[in-house]
Amino acid sequence: MTDDNLMRALGWASVGLGVPPVLAPGEFVRAIGTGDGSRQRVTIALVGVRELAAAAGLLVQGSPVWLWARVGGDLMDLGLLARALKNHDGRGLGRTVAAFAGVVGITGVDVYGAVTRTRQKTPMDLTAAVTVARSQREVYDLWRRLENLPQFMAHVDEVRTTGQSRTHWRASAPFGRTVEWDAEITDDRPGERIAWRSVDGAPIENEGDVRFVPAPGARGTEIHVTLHYSMPAGKLGEAVARYFGEDPHQQLDDDLRRFKQLAEIGEVVRSEGAPGGKRARREFPQHPARPLGREELAEEAGV
Amino acid sequence: MKANCWISPNRVQVRDVPDPVILNRRDAIVKITSTAICGSDLHLLDGYVPTMQKGDIMGHEFMGEVIEVGDGIDAARLRVGDRVVVPFPIACGACAACQMELYSCCENTNPNAGLAEKFFGHPTAGIFGYSHLTGGFAGGQAQYARVPFADVGPLKVPDGLTDEQVLFLSDILPTGYMGAEMCDISPGDVVAVWGAGPVGQFAMDSAWVLGAEKVIAIDKEQYRLRMAEQAGHLTIDFSQVDVRSRLLEMTGGRGPDKCIDAVGMEAAHGSAPIYAYDRAKQAARLETDRPYALRQAIMCCRSGGVVSVVGVYGGFLDKFPAGAWMNRSITLRVGQCHVQRYMKPLLERIQKGEIDPTRVITHRLPLGKAPYGYDIFKHKQDGCEKVVLMP
Repeated sequence: MTDDNLMRALGWASVGLGVPPVLAPGEFVRAIGTGDGSRQRVTIALVGVRELAAAAGLLVQGSPVWLWARVGGDLMDLGLLARALKNHDGRGLGRTVAAFAGVVGITGVDVYGAVTRTRQKTPMDLTAAVTVARSQREVYDLWRRLENLPQFMAHVDEVRTTGQSRTHWRASAPFGRTVEWDAEITDDRPGERIAWRSVDGAPIENEGDVRFVPAPGARGTEIHVTLHYSMPAGKLGEAVARYFGEDPHQQLDDDLRRFKQLAEIGEVVRSEGAPGGKRARREFPQHPARPLGREELAEEAGV
Repeated sequence: MKANCWISPNRVQVRDVPDPVILNRRDAIVKITSTAICGSDLHLLDGYVPTMQKGDIMGHEFMGEVIEVGDGIDAARLRVGDRVVVPFPIACGACAACQMELYSCCENTNPNAGLAEKFFGHPTAGIFGYSHLTGGFAGGQAQYARVPFADVGPLKVPDGLTDEQVLFLSDILPTGYMGAEMCDISPGDVVAVWGAGPVGQFAMDSAWVLGAEKVIAIDKEQYRLRMAEQAGHLTIDFSQVDVRSRLLEMTGGRGPDKCIDAVGMEAAHGSAPIYAYDRAKQAARLETDRPYALRQAIMCCRSGGVVSVVGVYGGFLDKFPAGAWMNRSITLRVGQCHVQRYMKPLLERIQKGEIDPTRVITHRLPLGKAPYGYDIFKHKQDGCEKVVLMP
């Protein structure tokens, strides 16, 4: 169950608002004074079912998506009640007005919850590992030249050293945006570990470390990466990004595969289908597996 | 240049496409002198391998002359003017898999590794002209091809050997050979080979070269069985007799010691209802592969024997006889061929006259007639066993 108090409260409120119209639709429509014809009863029963669905979503999943669903439901209820007021026959008008005022109040709480919970940053942890047939020192050295990172990290466009242990990063974000931040190295043990974290004011707070461990059986070095960052828009943002093919776990795995290529063979492998190397992020549909024409090559080089 | 391109299931077309250029430092551009259609190209043609795209150049069996090399190629290894046969798996030579000579499992050459691992658990090597699942590399049924890691895979051909003698070092000869090698053949062994297509024929020849007592070809195409017979092998026509009874008869009731599946995912079948069952499941995508030959090989193999699989499987199958496999201590050995491992030793066998790869060639066509070649090969018309294309 969710541990967000507001979501939990709204979830139970949904249960409270959902059960009566489902069990006793006739009594409920009479209670809010909107007439008890069969159409009103069916409508109010459906509203009850909707409330129970939102309750389940809020209590079990605890995702802000369900708060936005509630906002949508509130607007629908306001519409229904407004129509009921307009066509009202006068009996129980006061109760309908009270119901309308109540829904306005609930809508306010829902909008507040949805906006704040969506803005809230959700921490995200990623881990990945790859084995590279090179010594710890070799892979450490390759990684430590941080200017190399854009060669294999799909989203990182530039890393510039700006001080003793300070670097400036520029990366592309979903929907064509660019983000920049400064980072500092917090631990640097040659051949073993590099750790870093973004300094104050970074738009996406992040920290991480990469450890270089000897692989058993003289197979080279295991590289273990841990990233910890706060996703803007939290889980909702992650879900939207995933929908657009930007699964962060997959990205990190692919980044490490390209690092392995750099370490073992000196460059990132290209095919006719994926001529962009690390830019071949969007996997399907690809360029057809035939040589690129002159304009296509120019376009690849220019991006 | 002209190239044979995949258009849609059951349709290929020779089209004008741009000439290849160097994309990586260890690439070479090869002017192709001979190329061939492989049985596994038919799986792509039929649309059973996912991730084919319109316009993909087909073909992974090719050879020719090096006309350009990238600046990362050591001149001691490869130069412009060298005549080379190109192995179908693209291998880097540096990763752990390549160090273990598991070239078709190279860890570095598939740019679509993230996709491949979703199908296979772990990614496999890049392959020329063999869908985007294996990297989206342009194939060799063309006038020119870009060959990555040209200093690792391609084999320089000594003077005095014709294209036809060495072309099949690119795939089917090593594939058939690996099928026999995985059987660990000892003197006295009876080896049964399902499928008398080109790979099956070479598996039979290789089993013989490796010391098998008897080699038995199983197929239903008369001309393919005749070809096996002419090479000195025994035959079973599965459309006429029950394979298991016949094999028991030929092996004193033991069953073959070693069995090779050179058929793969689109097996034909002697029993109409079982064939219809697998066909229907495959069409409905309930299973991707029709494993009839594999099932029969496992059921027929003697207890403690080896079933070696070089026919191509791509996805999932059902009615796998796990009971027979487990209870009778059968060893299953498999693998997409690690061609680079076998090219040199097999070249020597060709030079010594121990194996004659040209015996399977039935059709020589210009590249422009590739679609016709696919058609007769697929429908087994005009006695088609192996098509060589000349660009």
